[in-house]
Amino acid sequence: MQVDRYERYWMWAASGMLALFLVAIVVTAVSGGAHPPSHVETINPETLDIGTEFATPGVVTAPDGSLTVVMRAELYVFKPDVVRLPVGRPVRFRITTPDVLHGFQIVGTNVNLTVAPGYVSEGTTTFTEPGEYLVVCNEYCGLGHHNMYSRIVVEAAP
Amino acid sequence: MTPAVRLVLSHFWVAVAAFGVGAMMAVMQALARAGVELPFGTANLYYLSVTAHGVLLALVFTTFFIMALGYLVVETTLGRIAGPSWAWAGFWLASIGTVITTVAILSGTSTVLYTFYPPLLAHPAFYIGATLLVVGSWVWCGVMIASFVSWRRANRGTRPPLAAHGMLTAVIIWILATAGLAVEVVILILPWSVGLVDRIDPIVARTYFWWFGHPLTYFWLVPAYVLWYTMIPRVAGGKLFSDALTRVVFIQFILFSTPVGFHHQFTDPGIAGGWKLLHTFTTYAIMFPSLVTAFTVTASLEYAGRARGGAGTFGWIGKLPWSDPFFSSVALSMVTFALGGFGGAINAAYAMNAMIHNTAWVQGHFHLTVGTAVTLSFMGFSYWMLPRVTGRALVWPRVASVQPYLWFIGMQFFSIPSHIAGLMGMPRRVYTGEFHGIEAAQAWIPLVNISAVGGVILFVSAMCWVGVLAGTMFVMPRGATRPIEYAEPMVAPPDGASLWDRLGLWTAVAIVLIIIAYAQPLYHLHTMARFPSRGFSPF
Repeated sequence: MQVDRYERYWMWAASGMLALFLVAIVVTAVSGGAHPPSHVETINPETLDIGTEFATPGVVTAPDGSLTVVMRAELYVFKPDVVRLPVGRPVRFRITTPDVLHGFQIVGTNVNLTVAPGYVSEGTTTFTEPGEYLVVCNEYCGLGHHNMYSRIVVEAAP
Repeated sequence: MTPAVRLVLSHFWVAVAAFGVGAMMAVMQALARAGVELPFGTANLYYLSVTAHGVLLALVFTTFFIMALGYLVVETTLGRIAGPSWAWAGFWLASIGTVITTVAILSGTSTVLYTFYPPLLAHPAFYIGATLLVVGSWVWCGVMIASFVSWRRANRGTRPPLAAHGMLTAVIIWILATAGLAVEVVILILPWSVGLVDRIDPIVARTYFWWFGHPLTYFWLVPAYVLWYTMIPRVAGGKLFSDALTRVVFIQFILFSTPVGFHHQFTDPGIAGGWKLLHTFTTYAIMFPSLVTAFTVTASLEYAGRARGGAGTFGWIGKLPWSDPFFSSVALSMVTFALGGFGGAINAAYAMNAMIHNTAWVQGHFHLTVGTAVTLSFMGFSYWMLPRVTGRALVWPRVASVQPYLWFIGMQFFSIPSHIAGLMGMPRRVYTGEFHGIEAAQAWIPLVNISAVGGVILFVSAMCWVGVLAGTMFVMPRGATRPIEYAEPMVAPPDGASLWDRLGLWTAVAIVLIIIAYAQPLYHLHTMARFPSRGFSPF
């Protein structure tokens, strides 16, 4: 096929740019662990209150000191609606819902999860600054969607 | 009026009407988000109108407009519409479906937004109407393919006209896309919505939805590219830079537009990261044909500008017909699509997606792409097409000349603040962005207000477009019609069909790619221990 010289240069440049983007994505994924949240775990949304960790949402400190926040998203609240966490430590969030799809986005962090009934979503972050963080639902869930938010209070180390 | 023109215009006017209603919904949303007190401003009406806006613009306006364009292209390039009675049956099916879905939405029983993610449960009429709309569009696909095959039988070995090649590409993308939608709606949702089945798995349904949802965007874009490649170079006074490469571009859209859906599901649980990474690769592949388009169409315009006496590195730009609304619409669409395309590269960037997923950034993004690159191109084309096929001159040519610029300016006001607010964390699709005055939300309030100004400008522009078209049809006298003319290629392509004209072969390759991208993750989703959900209607 006859392709103009400048168009050939352009196509090489375009291919190079896309390849560069993909290399950056793969390198940060492999070396820096920069992956999207992709936790695979299912749970019965109708029996969350019967003997699961989601019956009593809150902060859980494991024997090794690692922090997990167990949360529930429900039409139009997050439980618990205020979470207190220390600054500078990795925190794992585990969240599910007994009703419709919700979003779990901690504004100003990389935590942005789709929450679906029947599935447990996980995301990890480290709060580097103390302060109050806004958590919003970013997936339309019904007429009170815009009222669905909560707060995370990150406290400076004592 | 010839029978073909009547068919084209029937589809066209449904598209224009849907657009007019959808635009009214839009301005109300922009004002509501900015906190303007409206007499009808309630959360109930807000989310109802978001649903109506999405369905009427993203599904009804685009589909009917593309059906109109498809019929016009096969009639004027291939000289035939095979099975016109089938075409009318498809039109009525799609129209009845549109009415049923619209009534279901306006009744307030189906406020599920146009993505209708289960377990949100709408009235069954919502899904039944949408199904009829898609079935009507499948009839269109059949008529388009039959017209193409009939032409090829009569013209063995001849290279198909480029515009027909492009529209058939859109037909194939639509068939591949709606296969996923059909599984979601017909097999999963319809039995559940009428109570035959109790439960549905939201992640499985979403996966089939996004099998459909991304090629949907290329079903919108490829017809706009047909205008850019095969009409605009001539409107600008020049020729198409490369016919052969354009065919390669269209084929790449057939190949890569479908196996990419997980880039809409990066934040979803239940889908392993490796599959999301594979879909990242195919998503970047689909950017390539658009980058080639940026070169080819711009080079065609440079040729036109120089043919009009433009000199120097940039002198040709000023010589282009900027007061011709078809030309200016497409030129402004191209500028806007460059911005939207780079935003899309961020959306598709695997881990970086978490920064913007479901934030206001996303609404900013697709108003640049489908909301401008596609919509504004279609608007400009309407000013060019309607006088030609009806013989009626445009009723207010000055309004038509200004309207594309209004759209462009309004969209920058709307979209750029939306992108910024999204980066700050503002979620999309919220009735109010205030979150009861919580501090983090205060930063994005001014941006929402600027977006609302953009929304008002866009509304004025939309009403200008609808007004000029309606005025032309109802006020202006009928005169002599003019032919629909296509751009000549700069270098005549070699005679005979090439490898890039073998649409069936490339469709087969595309199906293999879809199987590679989806077979294993879908098998895994369907076979793992799952707990499907009952329906909820919190509206």
